[in-house]
Amino acid sequence: MNASATTPPAIELKGISKAFGPVQANRDISLSVAPGTIHGIIGENGAGKSTLMSILYGFYRADAGEIWINGQRTEIHDSQDAIAAGIGMVFQHFKLVENFTVLENIILGAEGGGLLRPSLARARRTLEELSREYGLDVDPDALIEEIGVGMQQRVEILKSLYRHADILILDEPTGVLTPAEADQLFRILRRLREEGKTIILITHKLREIMDVTDTVSVMRRGQMTATVRTAETNPEQLAELMVGRKVLLRVDKAPARPGRPVLEIEGLRVRDDKGVERVKGIDLTVRAGEILGIAGVAGNGQSELLEVLGGMRPGAGTIRLNGAALPLHGRGADGQARRAAGIAHVPEDRQREGLIMEFHAWENVAFGYHHDPAYQRNALLMDNAAIRADTERKIEKFDIRPADPWLSARNFSGGNQQKIVVAREIERNPDLLLVGQPTRGVDIGAIEFIHKQIVALRDAGRAVLLVSVELEEILSLADRIAVMFDGRIMGERLPQETDEKELGLLMAGMSGEAA
Amino acid sequence: MDKMPKWADVVLIPLISLLLATILSALVILGIGEDPIAAVKIMFDGALGSTYGWGYTLYYATNFMFTGLAVAVAFHARLFNIGGEGQAMLGGLGVAMACLYVPWPHWSIALLAAGVAAMLFGAAWAAIPAYLQARRGSHIVITTIMFNFIAAALLNYMLVNVMRPEGSMDPATERFPAAVHLPTLHELLAPLGIGFSKSAPANVSLLVAIAACVLVWALIWRTRLGYEIRAYGHSETGARYAGISPFRITMIAMLISGALAGLMAINNVMGEAERLVLNSTEGAGFIGIAVALMGRSHPFGVFLAALLFGFLFQGGAELALWSNIPRELIVVIQALVILFTGALDNMVRMPLERLFLALGNRRRDMGEGAPLPERKPTQPTE
Amino acid sequence: MDFDTIIQVLDSTVRLATPLLLACLAGLYSERSGIFDIGLEGKMLAAAFFSAALAAITGSVWLGLLAGIAASLTLSLLHGLASITFRGNQLISGVAINFLAAGMTVLIAQDWFQQGGRTPALIGAGRFTPVELPLAQTLSGVPVLGPVYAELISGHSILVYVAFLAVPATWWLLFRTRFGLRLRAVGENPAAVDTAGVSVIGLRYAAVMICGVLCGIAGAYLATALQAGFVKDMTAGRGFIALAALIFAKWRPWQAMWACLLFGLLQAIALRYQNIDLGGISIPVQAMDALPYILTVVILAGFVGKAIPPRAGGEPYVKER
Repeated sequence: MNASATTPPAIELKGISKAFGPVQANRDISLSVAPGTIHGIIGENGAGKSTLMSILYGFYRADAGEIWINGQRTEIHDSQDAIAAGIGMVFQHFKLVENFTVLENIILGAEGGGLLRPSLARARRTLEELSREYGLDVDPDALIEEIGVGMQQRVEILKSLYRHADILILDEPTGVLTPAEADQLFRILRRLREEGKTIILITHKLREIMDVTDTVSVMRRGQMTATVRTAETNPEQLAELMVGRKVLLRVDKAPARPGRPVLEIEGLRVRDDKGVERVKGIDLTVRAGEILGIAGVAGNGQSELLEVLGGMRPGAGTIRLNGAALPLHGRGADGQARRAAGIAHVPEDRQREGLIMEFHAWENVAFGYHHDPAYQRNALLMDNAAIRADTERKIEKFDIRPADPWLSARNFSGGNQQKIVVAREIERNPDLLLVGQPTRGVDIGAIEFIHKQIVALRDAGRAVLLVSVELEEILSLADRIAVMFDGRIMGERLPQETDEKELGLLMAGMSGEAA
Repeated sequence: MDKMPKWADVVLIPLISLLLATILSALVILGIGEDPIAAVKIMFDGALGSTYGWGYTLYYATNFMFTGLAVAVAFHARLFNIGGEGQAMLGGLGVAMACLYVPWPHWSIALLAAGVAAMLFGAAWAAIPAYLQARRGSHIVITTIMFNFIAAALLNYMLVNVMRPEGSMDPATERFPAAVHLPTLHELLAPLGIGFSKSAPANVSLLVAIAACVLVWALIWRTRLGYEIRAYGHSETGARYAGISPFRITMIAMLISGALAGLMAINNVMGEAERLVLNSTEGAGFIGIAVALMGRSHPFGVFLAALLFGFLFQGGAELALWSNIPRELIVVIQALVILFTGALDNMVRMPLERLFLALGNRRRDMGEGAPLPERKPTQPTE
Repeated sequence: MDFDTIIQVLDSTVRLATPLLLACLAGLYSERSGIFDIGLEGKMLAAAFFSAALAAITGSVWLGLLAGIAASLTLSLLHGLASITFRGNQLISGVAINFLAAGMTVLIAQDWFQQGGRTPALIGAGRFTPVELPLAQTLSGVPVLGPVYAELISGHSILVYVAFLAVPATWWLLFRTRFGLRLRAVGENPAAVDTAGVSVIGLRYAAVMICGVLCGIAGAYLATALQAGFVKDMTAGRGFIALAALIFAKWRPWQAMWACLLFGLLQAIALRYQNIDLGGISIPVQAMDALPYILTVVILAGFVGKAIPPRAGGEPYVKER
């Protein structure tokens, strides 16, 4: 870094602040990234990482602060300014036109002429050069909707390179990738760095930071808490900087005492909305008094598994609850029937599934259980007063804040929203609790509380099926771990007898013996 | 994050929208060289200045209550039923068949039977678009528009080729028998010693419409079905999670909506014309859209908005009679109300939200209104 | 049916298909950009009135055409304002525009002409006259092809040719130019266009404006070429038939032309025959009126190939990560 005296930083942010209404997403953030390096930005969900990068890419305007690119003060009002300043961004959710070809997506906005055919021909040549140079392998004539996420991500990177980006921002790029695909991505990133590109990697995964970055910044609650050289730090220190205190990586719990099988799954097959088979014949058993954790990269059939168990989607095969077979399609297989059978469900996406955001807290407490006789005044009318009284009880027991049953779900924080869902489901004392991503977008305090509630339910002799893409959560919470890949169970492990590396291989589709 | 107290959303925004529509309408009247103040005076005198005027105002309001409720119920399930016009036409067909082909001993039984027929016909006309939306994903806005035209063709055929009395040139049915004559407000109020115009068409259907407002309120806010309709309207994935069948709710909401629109026929066909004619609905199905938007899909709001439009409709008719302003002025006002309360909602809302944010006052959260169709819920940002 | 009758019916098909085709292409631009437009009817109606009114006042049909386009553009701007700038509900905005046009045309017509909501009948240069293609008279004697050329292809108003030339032009613009690529992209995934540094708002306004121009021509054709003046509600649901044709054509230009010709043919037949006798079964004229709508419902229901609208259609664009 002895060149830093002469070479200005590729990116320099000075005092960036941004508020959304009363929420301060970014507070006086300063950052300097040297050219030709990979800089990581790490922080919890909601720490403000994505907001900061969106400001850099012109999606939002900062309330205060300056952006300097290569030593030049730069005003970035929209994506066009960012592209002109040599910035490219690969978003977490790809910005591709599904029914366009790879080539059409790459030239979109950078056609270089009014007529399409010459533009496409030019782009095809450039693309071939870029692909060779950086080892980015794509089929220019494939439709986006017909290629996998790995290739879609390469298309996004090529889009930036085609626009001559010198600075590349990647927002949570590995969320949808297997560990093997992620490793391939990292090879590409190192190659880009060799060619002099500057890369910012946003992630909440410590492993990636340690693997690939040169320097790392930590964000917490909208503030930049530290910037260090990766070689001079360790995961424990970063984790502490992220959450602001020592984290309990292990949940405090007694050993499980599994009893009789509660849920038995045999040969289960599930298709998604497009008719693609996402669960390809799996067998699983969850016993009373244990937590079975399903690990896997997002999109390998875990969501569909939860949905079919929760009655949101039809399937084929056999599911038995306490020995009795449950129907897998038709009227007897909906969420109402599942609840009546004794299955409660904390869904993966509380905002789209678990809650009606416009409903009051008390209306949400009855959600899914609105047929409960305790909530009815007579054959025709609901007993809203009874629901409100029940809500008051749950608010107190689960310490939901603000303690106002009349507040709309939208006006609670993520953690308190999740507490409403967890309170509603766990208080039913179900035989089987389905839990999907219980702590996604939830603050640390609420995470601990929710984990304790899940463990308490297990200790009361109930069965819990936990799906999470956070390996740490699975390792600390589950009594037994099953790894899903491409709709199949790759293997089962006990948490005390395995580690992230072995699970990672299974998640990538490599069976334990072969690895 | 709620940026504004609920009362502002419910009361202030419709009022500001109405004010904007009124100002623009006044400008239109000025533009065609007439005096807006005089026009308003004619409208008030004509619509509210006599029991005759009131009789017409309430008659029109009755129509709009039915069609407004129809649109509102569908809105709660996030379905945009533009087909109220066609469903009301079919309701008219049902009423005509019930009144013409069955000899009823008393108007009350006839009203019951004709009401059921009207609801069944209206619901049936809504059932096909509902089914296609729920099972085949066909856009319900487009299919209900298409069904309006198909209904007009069907009604035209029935009146010209089937139900027209022998020898008549008029595409209309014959008059209904005297036994099915519905008591007018004059006949209802006379025993109470209240004088009311004999020639005004407001009739007992008004009471049915008011009862429908109360029933719809109870349905939406107090029953399990209403809870499920609202939940589905806000989030389809949420509904599936809670075991609420999207197919069932789409069908039921549209059947109720169609039945309400069809039920309008007891007022205009049975109560007023006492025979079925072409264009008996007079666009009431479309005015229902304005009424539901203005009334924020709440039955009480619909009731008030229907009264307002009843006033506008009758006042507009008087205006056409006593001035050079054509009746189409009402169509313009209707358009402006739909524009401001529906499409330009954000234009009215944004400055108000900023105002309330600046005032920063604490408020009590009063829950949700019906979602506008296709409006995506905004996700809170990180 | 003899040959002359067929030629006459087809000739009338072309005339009746023209306003449908113009409005249908108008809708195609708008909906391909992700803006649903059920206000085609209103824009046509406004254009019909203002073109007839200006033609009647100035005696120039060309000034009339410009006025019609201007009127339609004004309503397009309103639709853009509501659905693009203020991110309002596009369907409700369309409904409002239809009523606004229905009311305002009669109101202004009454104020300007006092003829019960119509314009005076257009005469002379106030109307578009038929264009005689070269050699039409000379070739009319040739069997079969002669009458087809002289009657069917030649002898329409200039706007008919504009409409049919707009089909290949639209196809070329949409699938062979940069503008077309961006337009199609913004209707499928506006976020992709936005992050690529292209203005979503600009593209959508452009599409809505093109829609306004084409609707304006369609309305002007109705009042100054197909008929000689404006009468109240003269569009008579054509905007909705055009919408139906657009769905029928699955938002593609050539298919749009065929769909409009089909619906034009149905109108031509309904206009010529009251009831059609098919081997003892009499088809009432009302069935012909309803047929375009019924066919569209069948297509929408997906029984004959699914009609998938542009994916971002109807949804206002909000920046999201």
